[in-house]
Amino acid sequence: MAWFRRSAKKILSTERKSLSGDLWTKCPGCSEYIYREELERSRFVCPTCSHHFSINCRKYLEHLMDNPNGFTELDPDLSSVDPLEFEARKKYSDQLAAARKKTGLNEAVLTVTGAVEGYQVVLGIMDFSFIGGSMGSAVGEKVARAIDYAREHGLPLIIISASGGARMQEAALSLMQMAKTSAKLSQFSQSGGLYISVLTDPTTGGVTASFAMLGDIILAEPGALIGFAGARVIKQTIGEELPEGFQRAEFLREKGFVDHIVHRSDLKNILGQLIGFFGYPKKALRNEQAADSDQ
Amino acid sequence: MASKYTLSFEKPLQELEEKIEATKRTALERGIDMSKEIEGLESKLEKTAADFYQNLTRWQRVQMARHSERPYTLDYIERITSFWFEMHGDRHFADDKAVVGGLAEIDGEQVVIIGQQKGRGTRDNLFRNFGMPRPEGYRKALRLMNLAARFNRPVISFIDTPGAYPGIGAEERGQAEAIARNLMVMSTLPVPIIILVIGEGASGGALGMGVGDRLLMLENTWFSVISPEGCASILYRDASKAEEAADAMRVTPQDLMEMGVCDRILPEPPGGAHRDADTVAATVKSILMETLAELKEIPPEKLVATRVSRYERLGQWQE
Repeated sequence: MAWFRRSAKKILSTERKSLSGDLWTKCPGCSEYIYREELERSRFVCPTCSHHFSINCRKYLEHLMDNPNGFTELDPDLSSVDPLEFEARKKYSDQLAAARKKTGLNEAVLTVTGAVEGYQVVLGIMDFSFIGGSMGSAVGEKVARAIDYAREHGLPLIIISASGGARMQEAALSLMQMAKTSAKLSQFSQSGGLYISVLTDPTTGGVTASFAMLGDIILAEPGALIGFAGARVIKQTIGEELPEGFQRAEFLREKGFVDHIVHRSDLKNILGQLIGFFGYPKKALRNEQAADSDQ
Repeated sequence: MASKYTLSFEKPLQELEEKIEATKRTALERGIDMSKEIEGLESKLEKTAADFYQNLTRWQRVQMARHSERPYTLDYIERITSFWFEMHGDRHFADDKAVVGGLAEIDGEQVVIIGQQKGRGTRDNLFRNFGMPRPEGYRKALRLMNLAARFNRPVISFIDTPGAYPGIGAEERGQAEAIARNLMVMSTLPVPIIILVIGEGASGGALGMGVGDRLLMLENTWFSVISPEGCASILYRDASKAEEAADAMRVTPQDLMEMGVCDRILPEPPGGAHRDADTVAATVKSILMETLAELKEIPPEKLVATRVSRYERLGQWQE
């Protein structure tokens, strides 16, 4: 046996796997390998090409909240049931259990109230890793209640969307959540509340066609896929190739449906500026005012 | 004679029908009296048909809802209104032919009607884009609804669409925004809104004109988050599993009554609305008027609050 032959093959292959799997991530935008820690530091944006990696709702929470522990989760125990006993190859109830286990969340949206840049806000964050961020009864109800909370407390509302659309497993009941959330936004808007919608990759279907597109201000992350119909369906229907950059955030801004494309590391600052512009008081100020009125 | 039973699942009825025809021919050719036999067969057909149509599977109902002879929105408008002034265009881009709308009078009631419009035959279907609205269609409907609100006229919306049109232009002009805007405005429009599903109610494309105080459905219609074929191709990765998908999603009026989504089912003549458009139009007219009379009594503020809480209640969850 030659001296350079590997006798214990498995050692190196294990090392290699951990090398690419955990420590290094290949950027789908520019194919560069990015060191994990660097990616974390850059809020999961590629330092070379600015590709925005999808991140879960907790990462947004860490990124946006002034105090990573200083927020209150709204309706933490509200979650889906299986009203239709739905089964299509898989049981919906099994899918729910698997999604809960995988994500540690109990629904595809997290709703909290806390401070962003000194302003008390209501923040809803969808999570694509929970059944594609789809909206069933529980997601609709959590969003609706978050909107009500913002209206009742006079707080600005921010929703970060990431969703494949309405959840098929709850059929017509999912569809009705589009009407429910839009109805709540109509009341919120009439009461003078400010709603900033942030679209991330991907935001499609029934979520786009309801609360995601109803922001007073609509922001989007660079390159995010945003649309109503799926690209595959459109291609099948019209039988031709889709234009370059179709349904991407930049395309929507060009067509007039997005106000601004915001780099993830600027998001917090911009949200603060916008909320400030519309005259919402800073939290400290709010407390002082409350103290004044007590006297 | 062409059979009136054209759907594949109607074959047993078609066979009975053929037997009757054959018996009639025999009687004529041989000059013998077979009226008793014929009568017997005809009453058998009638009875079989009545049973048959009452026990349709979900997938069979979906096919009935899509029947090419079924009355469409304009067929109803023609039969139930004494005055009809159609309005065109969204004032931004174009006039969407998949959506019709205008001012109407029904039994002395002045209303605004909007509706999704399918075409009959290839040419007409291309003209109507198979009843698949583009953003301009939703925005035309929105313009008319806002007009209705300003002049305190109730809105009646006919739903019959296989979905919002999935095309490049439709996306470019904001299909999602157009639907979302309608949901928002309809949910708090301060006049009565009656939704009537007359055929297919597919997804956000239907809902974009389908938020109101009452959701009525004809007997042989369906309404869900996606078409059975769409659901099948995504969840079963096989569009031919549409029948299973229709069952899994529970898409019929009866199912939607149980979910609390549908308020009332309107009966169709035996064999479906296309067998007797005048009768089904008369049913539609009387139930629309009855529902309208109920809603007109409610003050606008209460009407809107009740509508919002109607949607608030929909869905099931645990906490």
